[in-house]
Amino acid sequence: MSAAWAGRSVAECAAGLRSGEVTAGELLAAARAQVDAHDARLGTVLSRMDDLAERQASSADRTLRETPDRAGPLCGIPVALKDVLCVEGVETTAGSRILSGFRPPYTATSVLRLLDAGAVPVVKTNCDEFAMGSSNENSGFRPVRNPWDPGRVPGGSSGGSAAAVAAGMVPASLGTDTGGSIRQPAALCGVVGFKPTYGRVSRYGLIAFASSLDQIGPFAHTVADVAEVYMVIAGHDPLDSTSSPRAVGDITSELGRGVEGMRLGVPREYFAAGLEAGVRTAVEAALEVYRGLGATLHEVSLPSTEVALSAYYVVAPAECSSNLARYDGVRQGMRKDRDTLLQSYLDTRDSGFGAEVKRRVMLGTYALSSGYYDAYYRKAQKVRTVIAAEFDQVFDSVDALVCPTSPVVAFPLGAREDPLSMYLCDALTLPVNMAGLPGISLPCGFSEGLPVGLQVITPLFEDGRCLRVAAAYQAATDWHVRRSPLLEAA
Amino acid sequence: MSLTESEVAHVALLARLGLSDIERARLGAQLDVILEHIARLNEVDTSTVAETAQIGGLLNVWREDEPRPALGAEAALGNAPARDGDYFKVGAIQE
Repeated sequence: MSAAWAGRSVAECAAGLRSGEVTAGELLAAARAQVDAHDARLGTVLSRMDDLAERQASSADRTLRETPDRAGPLCGIPVALKDVLCVEGVETTAGSRILSGFRPPYTATSVLRLLDAGAVPVVKTNCDEFAMGSSNENSGFRPVRNPWDPGRVPGGSSGGSAAAVAAGMVPASLGTDTGGSIRQPAALCGVVGFKPTYGRVSRYGLIAFASSLDQIGPFAHTVADVAEVYMVIAGHDPLDSTSSPRAVGDITSELGRGVEGMRLGVPREYFAAGLEAGVRTAVEAALEVYRGLGATLHEVSLPSTEVALSAYYVVAPAECSSNLARYDGVRQGMRKDRDTLLQSYLDTRDSGFGAEVKRRVMLGTYALSSGYYDAYYRKAQKVRTVIAAEFDQVFDSVDALVCPTSPVVAFPLGAREDPLSMYLCDALTLPVNMAGLPGISLPCGFSEGLPVGLQVITPLFEDGRCLRVAAAYQAATDWHVRRSPLLEAA
Repeated sequence: MSLTESEVAHVALLARLGLSDIERARLGAQLDVILEHIARLNEVDTSTVAETAQIGGLLNVWREDEPRPALGAEAALGNAPARDGDYFKVGAIQE
């Protein structure tokens, strides 16, 4: 029974629930069986939410039985949550030892909305510590491995959420994207990952990394599935003052409208040196698919793409050093007791944080320290304006951008020890965060047997158009129905 | 551009990170490389550009100043490593 549902899409599970072929309780059991079978090897899960999941599943089954017209598309659907999202009473660590044992007193808005929609949260997923990383090797607990090849990384920082979907544990999950942390692991794990416009999804109850960049978004096998999750979690929240009051609208009706007559921009800089040949080949083939669907392709230029990396590595560490100042061993998590409060701070943070977090806290503290603020943070925020203006200008002549998500496919664990070479993994995703734009990654083929991701980028608040362009590709191709070898063997 | 040992130590203290000598040396060298990369920012002419404050264009978000139920002391103290009544307990601040 479990093997029959592992790896199915949200839509397939929802159809099964409605036809009576399966119950929410059985889908939950199938999800747990898949976790039990593969988590020891893949390192996907940090904690389980058994009580909450059972309550949600039985409530969903009651709704489906008694008032089926009130059951939404996520009712009874098992989901996984990146461990940066607070769930009341459930250990939430952000992948950091400094938060070991932390049980939040409230639940994140995005999670509450999933619960209200009847979704069944099965597990909290492993991630890079405080969402800092591109390989999931920075988790304070253990690395996550790629379901397509466990010798390789799943990408990061939401690697656990991407791998949980790719391994068929759940049909959908939530991650967060600060510089590519949804789209890049989606690409490396062969699933769909969507980063909405900044401000579309409330960050209330999200453990902050870089507040001006962080955005919550969904993973799933299909664009239609991520659209359903997005519709549930998006929308204004008075508890997050940066959440947008603009109406979300029903974007699901846009999905089937295709791309005929659309002008798609191909940014030259995203195909520059450093792009693996196999990735280039797969993405160029995807561009031809769009041409075949009646879109026109236009080469465009985003000259600040390269310098965006430099600006990002000022803005993100600066905001992280400020946000992580709160982890001092006083209010939650671990504490090293010492004779003086200062020594307790120093030792708690030294032993609680991992190497990458310390590196970014140091970098950010330096950039914000007296005498350096103008040269670094202010300058980077000005360059950010330039980056956003370049996107704006390009969108005067094209409706969307299509390009690779990651310059490389999944690499072996330990292959990128040098921090800068790891940062380059996000070179094609982080400019989108700097400009606040919606971006999606979807499977578009394989290179050396490993998944390749196609990225679609649209203007601010054109989340529906982003999903529509991606959906048109999936309607014409079948990469999204391929499953990792561990599912095909099952 | 290269950070001196005392600069690294100063930043570590500001960041409240009690690093070992080896860690401090390694971080110092890594920060040099990253800062060198970051120096490329100076190649961009920003003389006529304002800094980004809010990428979605929001400005001054207000709400009514009305009393609402708060979390409560028990819930707020629920994760305290040490507490004394309704207070978080910490070590001595003065020596």
